[in-house]
Formats: sequence, structure tokens, C-alpha cells
Amino acid sequence: MSASDQPSLSLGASFFRQFLRHGKALAASPADLLNPLLFFFMVVTLFPLGLGPDPERLSQMAPGILWVVALLASLMVSGKLFASDFEDGSLEQLCLAQHPLAILALAEVLAHWLGTGFLLALVSPVFALMVGLPIQALPVLVISLLLGSLCLTLIGAVGSALTVSIRRGGLLLSLIIIPLHVPVLIFGSTAVVEATRDGNAVSWLALLAALVLASLALAPLAIGAALRISLDNG
Amino acid sequence: MSLLIATEVAIERGDRPLLRGVSLCVESGELWQLVGPNGVGKSSLMRALAGLARLGVEGAIRRQAAALFIGHSSALKRALTPLDNLRLHPACDMPVDDQQIARALRSVSLAGYESVPVGALSAGQQRRVALARLLITRARLWFLDEPFTALDTAGCEWLEQQITGHVASGGAVVFTSHQQSRFGARQHDLDLARYVSL
Amino acid sequence: MWSFIHKLGSPPWFFRFGGSLVRWLLPLTLILLLVGAFWGLLVAPPDFRQGNSYRIIYIHVPAAVVALAGYYVMALAGAISLIWRIKMADIAMKAAAPVGAVLTGIALVTGAIWGKPTWGTWWVWDARITSMLILFFLYLGVVALFEAYENKAAAAKACAVLSLVGTVNIPIIYKSVDWWYSLHQPASIKFTGESAIDASMLYPLLLMIVAFYGLFAVTVVMNMRAELIWHHRQSAWVRQWAGLD
Repeated sequence: MSASDQPSLSLGASFFRQFLRHGKALAASPADLLNPLLFFFMVVTLFPLGLGPDPERLSQMAPGILWVVALLASLMVSGKLFASDFEDGSLEQLCLAQHPLAILALAEVLAHWLGTGFLLALVSPVFALMVGLPIQALPVLVISLLLGSLCLTLIGAVGSALTVSIRRGGLLLSLIIIPLHVPVLIFGSTAVVEATRDGNAVSWLALLAALVLASLALAPLAIGAALRISLDNG
Repeated sequence: MSLLIATEVAIERGDRPLLRGVSLCVESGELWQLVGPNGVGKSSLMRALAGLARLGVEGAIRRQAAALFIGHSSALKRALTPLDNLRLHPACDMPVDDQQIARALRSVSLAGYESVPVGALSAGQQRRVALARLLITRARLWFLDEPFTALDTAGCEWLEQQITGHVASGGAVVFTSHQQSRFGARQHDLDLARYVSL
Repeated sequence: MWSFIHKLGSPPWFFRFGGSLVRWLLPLTLILLLVGAFWGLLVAPPDFRQGNSYRIIYIHVPAAVVALAGYYVMALAGAISLIWRIKMADIAMKAAAPVGAVLTGIALVTGAIWGKPTWGTWWVWDARITSMLILFFLYLGVVALFEAYENKAAAAKACAVLSLVGTVNIPIIYKSVDWWYSLHQPASIKFTGESAIDASMLYPLLLMIVAFYGLFAVTVVMNMRAELIWHHRQSAWVRQWAGLD
């Protein structure tokens, strides 16, 4: 092997490039950034209309409402995660890169999360006030959504990688992903419920953090394997 | 020096066997064209040789040098500029600066388009952006699947120059094309019709 | 040992081996099922609280136990397919998924039927039933994913990845649903009294669980044989077996 065959770009640099590439593409289409927020806003509006405006009842259901809607918003955008990469051939090139596909794909997932789940967690207090979540629970809501949405995005990325080569894979993606989202929903919404009654929210947040770490370690492996399989199908 | 050694490669697509018994040794300085009618499995073989396809590929494929693959899809993000697309290309294997990319874009006659989103360029121009990668790589083994598609005469000439130049400097190129023996006596043909699996 | 594993990977050999396996396992399973059902439904004493309605556990519990084990069998086949690229593992996985889904469906339906006389309602968000429902979704996901892929070799690999992801998640899902339930429900409804089950009720239950394992194995092997002849319908050994050559 000659010197020119050695990988001359470090893993970190490749990771950062991939992150930047996806981030820039996302930033170039503000609609993709706004859509999940708008979706969140509108679906939260539906609940008082469906359940009645009684503030007490709404405030009691607020943790569940907010978390379910956040989960749906994440589900809605995770289908798009690898779609354009698959169509325009970026995925092929990503497979040929000198560094592990799992790690480069993780860079993309993180950029995607920053543009969707992260933003959503930051603006969630506004929507929380609309459904009357007690103010003392707001910090826990934001933290739980920050941790939880990262977890949802990582699991969603596995589903997206598995279904990206399938035409009209949207519904299938939901079927695959929703069962895997159950623990995140339970830990996240319970943390917020505990916060509304001044209970022990921290232990539930700790469980969420454990889930985040576990999926950060394991999901990239599944994503990498799934992307290669999708290339073979496409 | 052999850059690619493939022995007894068999390829199937889905459940259908396409090719079998393909053996190929690509030495540095060699130019290979995969030849055969539509559907014989040129692209499939190329993808297998480049390491893209794994399922349904049997036999041994050893690449002994870094490889570059340019296929039917351009791997360009429509929202990004040619500059960003090349700088942040997923398979880019070397550190690049903007001047290097600007030079590459000039070489494919796209000077002045550095900051126009790729989506606003014509199909031929997009193809040129994709091919500009040939100037920003250290890969010695090039896999080019129908690289001449969508290029005008000047573009084809440019590409021929790049390919002959790369081969002359010790690299190797494996390509497919509708046109037979584009490089005359300098190229080797691998006729896939001989390996069709029945 | 190694030669046996090696032979398992050979389609004609497995086809014949599976055939003889089914030939003695199927009658054995049917006998176990009949004996277990007779013992559980007629011989075992009625429950002092639930009367005769508890007898549905002789279907419900075995179906639930084997459905969960079936998912692990499927994931194990998936892992073998991904690591050693053995085609037979793909076929085993594809064969196990619908069987597991049906068993999960049986467990859900019998659970609902059991719930009516016990809790007075068809559906209760009990921890076990909820977990079973999620397991049902996991199975459906694998089956649907397989159907959606055009390239069936890729489909098997994709399902292998999905079932492995599911396997990692199942303990987390079960535990989280358990905590969720105990948090929202007073402990008084906690029911099933598994720990206190009398031996006269337990033995037929264990027998039924064994019978269901046998049923699962027989169905999966039969499924695999059907898949094998279809997959190799052009090859000499299938044509020979079918008497075409």
C-alpha cells in the first residue's frame, strides 16, 4: 500500500463534514425546520377542541398530550432522514467512505436531531402553557424532551434506514417504530407527571438519560447495517 | 501492481442469477471497459467490484487501493452549492481547501457557478459537478458507471483526458459506456456476455 | 456436531430431516395438546374465586409464553443470518414470524375473553396485556417489513436487523410497562396469583406449555419446508421429490 492509500482524513474530520453537510442542507430549507413545530402547535390545538376547554382536566392531561404529540412530530420527520440521501446517491458514497458507515450516519442523525427534536424541546414551554401544564414542571418538560427526542430520533433513524428503499414506506415506518418508542414515552411523560406533583422526576429523567446512552451506543450499528441492506434492495 | 483482483465472482439480482465465473485482474495503468447488452449486469458487477453491493455477490473481490465510484446518481445535495457539495462530499478522502475546489470547478467549465445551488443547474452541469470529484481525490482505482451520459462533446473530451491522464499516472479505471472501445487499443474489454448465468 | 450444523444449512438435507422431524413431533404434539386440554379443562379443580372461567389460562398462558420465546427464536435466526450468512436462517426467521404473530394474537384474544368475567370488561390496560399488545406490533412490523421489500434476500437481512433491535428493546419495554402500570394502578387489582397456583392446576399448565412449544416447532418446520420447495422449485432434488423427473 502506498501512502496515498492511507485514509488521509481523520474520523473526526469526516464526522464533522457529514454533520455540516446535513446541517447545511437542512438550514437551506427552513420549511423542514418549521414543519414539526407547526405540526406540534396545531395538534396541541386539537386537544382542547376534542376534550373541552376545562383548564383543570387539560392541565391534568397535559404531560401525556405534550409527549404523545412530540412523539408523533418526531415520527413524522424521521421518515425523511435518509430519504434524500438514498435518492440522490449520497448513501452509496457514504458506504464507500473510508470510515465506518455507522459513525458517519450518526453525524447525520445528530444534525437532523438538532434541527428537529432539539428545536421542538426548546419551544415546548409555549405549547405547554397552552394546555395548562403547571409552571414548575416546565424545566422537567424541556429536559425530558431534549433527552427523549434524541432517543426517538435515534430509534427513528433505524426505522428510516430500514424503510428508505421502500416506496411509500411511511406507514410501515410507524408500525416498526411505535412499539420501540414505548419506553421513551413512558419515562418521559412520567417524569413530567411527577414534576407536576412535585414528585421524584429526577429518577425518570435518569432512566431517559440511560436510554439515550444505550441508543447512542447501539443504534448506529443497526443504522449502518440497515443502510447497507437498503442499498442492496434499491 | 494489481489494484483489483476478482476471482470467480457470481452475481444474482433478487433470486435471478445474472453472471458467474467472472475473474478480473486490474493492474495499475490499465483501463477496463465492461461490455455487454442492456440488463446483462454491467452496473451490478461494477457495484460489486466497487464494494457497494454485498448481497447476492459470491466469489472473492480484493481491492488493494482506495477506490472512487461515480454512478448514475450524482450524490449532490440540491440545496447546497457546488462548492459545499464537493467540500463536504460523503466519500471525500482528503482535506481540501476552497481554491482547490474552485480550480476543479474551473476545469469542468463551471467557473462562476460556485455559489449557485446545485438544484438550479442543468443536468449536464450537475454531471460536471459530480465529475469534478475526479480532481479532488487520492483514489487510484476509479469505477465510473456510464460517466459520459448527459455530457456534451467538450465534456466528453475533458473526461477522456482525465481518464487517460489518471491511467498514465499509474491509476486504473473500470468504466461502462454505450459506445464501444472509446479508447481504442489502450483499453481492455471485459465482455460480460461470456459470463451470463443460465 | 459440526457436520450436523453444516448439514442443517443444506436445503435437500434439511427438507428430508424436517420431514422426519414433523412425522414424529406432530403426533406427539397433538397427543400432548389433547391430554393437556382434557386435564386442564375437565380434571383440574375450579378456582375458588374465578370458578371455571380461569381455565382459559390453559390456552392463554402457553400462547403468551411461546409467543415471547418465538420472538427470541426469530431474532436468534436473524443473528445467525447476519453473522454467518446462512440462507437457512433467513428461511427459519421468515417462517417463525407469522407463527409468533398468530400466537400473540391468540394470547390477546383469550386475554380479552378472560377479562370479561374477571374484570367485567373486555379490555383492561393491564401490564401483561399491554406488553403482549406491543409484542404483537413488533411481530407485525417484521412481517410487514418482509412483505414490503422487493429483493427477498435483502428483506430477510432487514428483518434480522429489526428483530435484533426488537430483542434488545423487549426487556426495556416490558420493564417500563410494568413500572407504568404499578404507578397508575392500585395494587389491589393485581391478579393471576401465579405464585400461589396449586399443583393440580399447575401440572396441566406446564404440559400445555410444552405442547405449545411443540406446536410452534412443528409449524415453523412445516413452514420452512414449504418455503424450501418454493425457493428451490427449479432444482433437481425438488423435481425428483415431486416425481417430475
